[in-house]
Amino acid sequence: MLKLDRVTKIYRVGTFGGKELHAVSDVSFEIKDGEVVSLIGESGSGKSTIGKMILGLISISSGAISLVGKDVSALKGDALKEYYRLVQGVFQDPFSTYNPIFKADRIFQIIHNEFYPDVDAQIWNAKVDKALKDVGLNPEHVLNKFPHQLSGGQLQRFLIARALLLDIKFLVADEIISMLDASTRIDVLNLLAELKKRGLSILFITHDLSLANYISERAIILYRGCVVEMGVTEKIFNDPRHPYTQMLMASVPRLDQKWDEQVNVESMEAPTGTTSGCLYYDRCPLAFEQCKQRPTPVEIEADHSVACWKVTEKRAQ
Amino acid sequence: MSLKVENLTIYYQTLRGDVRALENATFNIEGGEIMGLAGESGCGKTTLGHSLISLAPPMKYVGGRVTLGGVELPIWDTEKMNEFRFKDISIIPQYAMNAMNPIRKIGKMTEELLRARKVDFRALLPELKRRLDLVKLPHEVLDMYPIELSGGMKQRMVMVLSTLLDPILLIADEITSALDVASQKAVAEMLVEFRDEGCCKSAIVITHDISILYQIADSILIMYAGQLAEKASTETIIHSPRHPYTKMLISSLPEIGAKYSEKQLAGIPGKPPLLLDPPTGCRFRDRCPIAFEKCTEVPPFVEIEKNHFVACWKETGNDA
Repeated sequence: MLKLDRVTKIYRVGTFGGKELHAVSDVSFEIKDGEVVSLIGESGSGKSTIGKMILGLISISSGAISLVGKDVSALKGDALKEYYRLVQGVFQDPFSTYNPIFKADRIFQIIHNEFYPDVDAQIWNAKVDKALKDVGLNPEHVLNKFPHQLSGGQLQRFLIARALLLDIKFLVADEIISMLDASTRIDVLNLLAELKKRGLSILFITHDLSLANYISERAIILYRGCVVEMGVTEKIFNDPRHPYTQMLMASVPRLDQKWDEQVNVESMEAPTGTTSGCLYYDRCPLAFEQCKQRPTPVEIEADHSVACWKVTEKRAQ
Repeated sequence: MSLKVENLTIYYQTLRGDVRALENATFNIEGGEIMGLAGESGCGKTTLGHSLISLAPPMKYVGGRVTLGGVELPIWDTEKMNEFRFKDISIIPQYAMNAMNPIRKIGKMTEELLRARKVDFRALLPELKRRLDLVKLPHEVLDMYPIELSGGMKQRMVMVLSTLLDPILLIADEITSALDVASQKAVAEMLVEFRDEGCCKSAIVITHDISILYQIADSILIMYAGQLAEKASTETIIHSPRHPYTKMLISSLPEIGAKYSEKQLAGIPGKPPLLLDPPTGCRFRDRCPIAFEKCTEVPPFVEIEKNHFVACWKETGNDA
């Protein structure tokens, strides 16, 4: 339903904007109806930039984003508002999403005034109650309160309820549980999985691999703005092929086994600057001559693509 | 025995009364032990860590004794504690990225820091360089400003600084939370290496991420709402916890390999009590599935097996 076609975002940086920073380069992927896709990457990998471009919060440098076949990157005015009926986002920090001066349920009134001015107040209140119950909150406990009187998990569920009121088809969930405690984060995750059953598509942006694995059917691994590996979650997690993905999987702290090999610390930091070759070149233990050209994702098996010359070369032999 | 904490009680002073952030904490850390300190936000884990080194208002010392390497720490006296800070007890703060003076070169700042503790910088320089090698930082960082370093490098630099005088106890407060998985692993492993090299004799690692502790800690102390819930070796806490809170906390963690479609995990219903006016008795009572009448009294933190402490009436029995 949502399709990204060679989307690129270039920021102008430096004192007079003389330098270019490729935050996202040539990213293409598709999300189907009722599918949860995880977008995984370290900080600075461009994962939030992609989320914001889908939500139209920042412009696209080149490429196209389309929803059910319609290009959405240049929407304005009423057309953009119609788009927001279908696509909404929830972000990392629930506390800074609210205006602390107003009561938290003001976000529902705004939706009412803006999108459904014809709906009778009583019917609307019933809808709000239902949406709150859908996200596992008791309306009596949470309505008429200020943001500081509610917990992070409650506020985060408020935002999801707000998105549900609009009857959306697509949700961008940008690190929505990283601020929550272990005992409540799993509830919000389960809620997302419930919503998925009703046909909602979700782009789940995270840096936490175990959460991604828990909830998503497909995963996309980003490194410095490029897709290095994508496909069915099981294949990415159980059989990672790209050296970067393999390094990530080896670094995840697990409860069932201890870390084994040492990660080379000198190559820990992602280098900056532009290159026309593979972006992982400087850190890659397998790098060879051909890696001076940028690899593109190649499908190595059904629904599993890798952008690495070593992997595709082995296959060609 | 390296650290001995007895009945430590710390409150926060607010306009509406005292917030009982830490009550009657009693535990020991052996020499060479890395103890993980875990719990939800607001459970008092940072309060416990900070009170050992810098007990400043609004924190209020209410009672208890802390002994480090056989010497009692005057934790209630900010001035007297100066003698112990950095030399005997040191901390890697939560926001290590911003811990260094931005307008001093790192080497110059280190020199000033040592002079304040009356330590000769020149005599210590070879050791400093050796430690930089240990965390794989080039020696040139000493001639650089903090802004020239990346977040992970700053974190490692602060680790070297904090442990420069070989403290008996190192407190590491959420040092891995702001890092990516790969740097997280590197920093965590360095901490273990520091302990092995004798750069610190023992450590308290404060984090909410239990899976990190499983990788590096020797023992784990779980806190809930200002009270100690359970302390045992890492293996015991992860694989055979006894306190109902620990059990629920461990089982709510999604592991690699766990999937919603196959096995649905459950959170812990309810939320922690407010510590301004906490309920009497066991504070986990309202969320606990096995609570009974006895739980209206505060359960003692007792040793049920060797080095396995639990504060739960169900585990200790009525006769305790």
